Formats: sequence, structure tokens, C-alpha cells
Amino acid sequence: MVAARETLEARARILRAVRAWFESEGFLEVDTPARVRSPGQEVHLDAVPAGEAGWLITSPEYHMKRLVAAGLPRIVQIAKCWRANEVGPHHRGEFTMVEWYRANAPLEALADDCEALLRAAAAAAGRDPTALGLAAPFARATVRELWARHAGIELDGDEDATALRAKAAAAGVAVGGATAWDDIFYQVFLDRIEPRLAAAGPTFVFDWPAPLAALARAKSGDPRVVERFELYAGGLELANAFGELTDAVEQRRRFTEEAALRAARGRAVYPIDEALLSALPRMPPTAGIALGFDRLVMLVLGARDIGEVMAFGDENVG
Amino acid sequence: MYDTSDIRKGLKIMIDGAPYTVVEFQFVKPGKGAAFTRTKMKNLLTGAVLERNLRSGDKLEPADVETKTMQYLYADADSFIFMDTSTYDQVGIPKTTIGDSADYMPENINVEVLFFNARAVGVSLPNFIEQAIVETDPGFRGDTATGATKPAKISTGATINVPLFINVGDVIKIDTRTGQYLERLARA
Repeated sequence: MVAARETLEARARILRAVRAWFESEGFLEVDTPARVRSPGQEVHLDAVPAGEAGWLITSPEYHMKRLVAAGLPRIVQIAKCWRANEVGPHHRGEFTMVEWYRANAPLEALADDCEALLRAAAAAAGRDPTALGLAAPFARATVRELWARHAGIELDGDEDATALRAKAAAAGVAVGGATAWDDIFYQVFLDRIEPRLAAAGPTFVFDWPAPLAALARAKSGDPRVVERFELYAGGLELANAFGELTDAVEQRRRFTEEAALRAARGRAVYPIDEALLSALPRMPPTAGIALGFDRLVMLVLGARDIGEVMAFGDENVG
Repeated sequence: MYDTSDIRKGLKIMIDGAPYTVVEFQFVKPGKGAAFTRTKMKNLLTGAVLERNLRSGDKLEPADVETKTMQYLYADADSFIFMDTSTYDQVGIPKTTIGDSADYMPENINVEVLFFNARAVGVSLPNFIEQAIVETDPGFRGDTATGATKPAKISTGATINVPLFINVGDVIKIDTRTGQYLERLARA
């Protein structure tokens, strides 16, 4: 499935519009290493090996945060990223990420960025933002609200995995052999929430439960949730944003925990990024976000498979 | 046991105690969660379609199902008797299991019999069968184009709507999925 010429032309126009938008907002475009010693430590991501003791990035976030800590308050990168064993209608092993950081800005500012960026992308491709459902302000919901509304489950965020499993089972979700908190969560999410999001207009989903914190900081006033949102539009998971954790002690604790989980699941364990941990104390309060560029093009052009918007989507197979 | 990486079209697995065959599947990976395989499956006993998000790492029990080509020999009071065309073993399948398929299952036809836990649970017929008409009102010569039809009986006792020009003894082609007359293959 090689993309059609018109698709590649539209993709190029969208890319130019994205760059122009960030420039107009005063962002500095940066270029950080693609081959690193410490790729993302997330439990469910596998990096592609690149030479001895090297890996291709699964996202550019660690190096970009070090730049923010070094005093660059608004940076953006349009980066190729690689993730092993991910091929599907919305996944390829190699893809393009737009990642940006705003120092001294609230998480909400990134939601505003997304709205503006999606509209700019649609306009660049000659598509009507209204027809794509992008013209009106995007819907905003919390994870708890969506669980109550679509699954009839009262989610606290501090219940243990056994309690969460019981709640899911009581709501009729087939949880299978899932015993880990996040596995039970995502079973409910995929079965009950995601199909409803796919049918709705663009939606920011805020306030993720603490067990899914990743690199986000706890929300002040409610430590059971973290400052994180995901943007869903047109059935696509388009972006993930954090109020960035700058507490190096807490970040080390999470990395260590994730490393243990990776080891327990038989996945490669990557070295902890000490350079990031030593930079975190110098990082101002920052909001950061990653947006899948290929998926953005899919949304604007109405593509069903991510391979349709890549020059060689059929060769790019995990 | 299988896991999600074994999922292919046609894979037979057990879900909630019933055998299913995979019809469609898709890789999905939400947020920062585990990979899942969104799997559409057909219940081999009821034909009902089910969609499940199967998490990578979950074990899937293979369904003990097997299809054998068998020849339908004859019917007794409450069963249809089939012969395995490779071993010549004979098995009886209750008429209630065969259901409406019997309408298009003339004697000596080869069918695919589905076994679940070594018990026959259903048959699938060839898509098309050829049958001679055993009973119908006399035909009208020359009337080939009006689209009007009349009932005609085949050897199984089933009634098919056929064009007016079809006569007793004519051999016709029937679509077993719809029960529709398709064409006349030979004249009486």
C-alpha cells in the first residue's frame, strides 16, 4: 500500500502548516538523538535495538526534557520514532511524532494548542474543519466521568487491582486473566469507553488514575489522579499530554518500579536515564505532549489505515 | 494453549465454553496499555458473531473441533446417517442438529460435518446442488422470460420456486444458502 500522490502532497502541506504554527507560537524546533542508551521505560513499549547498547527512541521525551531543564521554555520536535511489534490499522513500527513542551504553562494550554493545530492541519489540506467536527470547541471529560457514563463503574483510582477487577466483572466486562491494574483498566476502556469515544467528536480525556501516571505529576487536590490528558478524534488516539513530573526522587521510584515490571513480564530492561534524573530538579513546571503526526494526517484525510498516509506504509511493518 | 499472537482467520478457540472460529482480527494498543487483538469470532454452534478484545498474554483454549467430509446415506426415524468417506465409518446425527439444511441434502451427497469434542454438531452443504424435479405442475413451452414462478418439489421433499417452463425430470441448479433456483442444467 504505497500512498497516492495526492495523499503525499496533502501530508507535506500539513507538515508545513504544523511547522509554521509552532514558529508563529514562538517555539524552537529541535533535533535530539534518535539512537539512545535509555529508551522509554514504559512497561508496554519495546524499543528497537540499534547497535551495541543502543536503542532507537520510542519517543524523544527524555532528551527534550533535558533541553527544557537547560533553559529552553518552548520547544517542538517532529521526530521519527520506533516501537517493536506494533503493526495495526493505527500502528506501524516506525512513525512520526510531533512532541512539544511549554514551560510555566498549565496542561490546559496544550489542549488549546491541539485545537488550533488540528484546525490548521485541516485548512492546509483544503478540508473544511467544520465537516471534520473540528470547528467547535472540543469536548472535555475526565476518565472517571467516562467510566461512570459508559461502563456504569465508579472509578476511584486508588482501589487495588482486586477491587478494580471486581468492579469490572460486576459491570459485565470479560476481564479474562487480567490481574494487573492497568490491564483491567484497559480491558474496560477498550470494551466500553473507546467505542463511544470513536463515535463522539474530538474529546480531551483528562485526569488519569494514578496507576497510569507514567511521567505525569499528581493533581493537586486529588492525588488519586494525575495531570494527564489524551485527545481522541475520529476514532483515533491522537495525543497524550502530561503535566510533567519534575520530582527526581519520585521519577526514579517510577522508573525502578517499571523496570521491575518489565523484568517480571520477560521484557528487556533498559538502563535508567541518569542524565534525565539529574536534570529534572532544574526543570520548571512544564506541560509536554506527543501527537501522532501520521494519525493527524489520517484524521484530516479520512484514511482508515495508517499505512495509507505513509509513502511506504506496506514496508513499514514493525 | 494459544495466545493472541496465534490469532489468524479460521483459528478455532473456546470462549465461555463454546467453540468459535476467528473471522476478523486487528491489533489495537490503547494509551500506555498492553496490546490487544480486537477479534471478531463466529460461534460454531449457533452462528452468532461475537467481538472480544483479547489481551496479549491471555491464554486461549483451542476448540476441539474437526470437520470431516461425509456422505449422507439415508434417514431413519430421528437421525440422518452419514459415512466417513475416508474410513467408511457410519455415524448418526440427530435430525434436530441438521435442521433446515436437510431441505438441500439429497441422499449420497458429500457434506462437511463439524465435530465438537468428538460429537457431530452440524453440517455444511456445498453452495450449489443439482437436483431433478420430482413433482410440479406441467410447464408452459416457450414461457422463458416473464419471471413468473411455480412451486416444484425435489427428492428431499423441499419445494423450490422455479420458472414456469420447468418440468418433472428436469435437472436444476439450486443455491443451498438461499434455496433459490439458479438455472436448468438438463431437460427431462
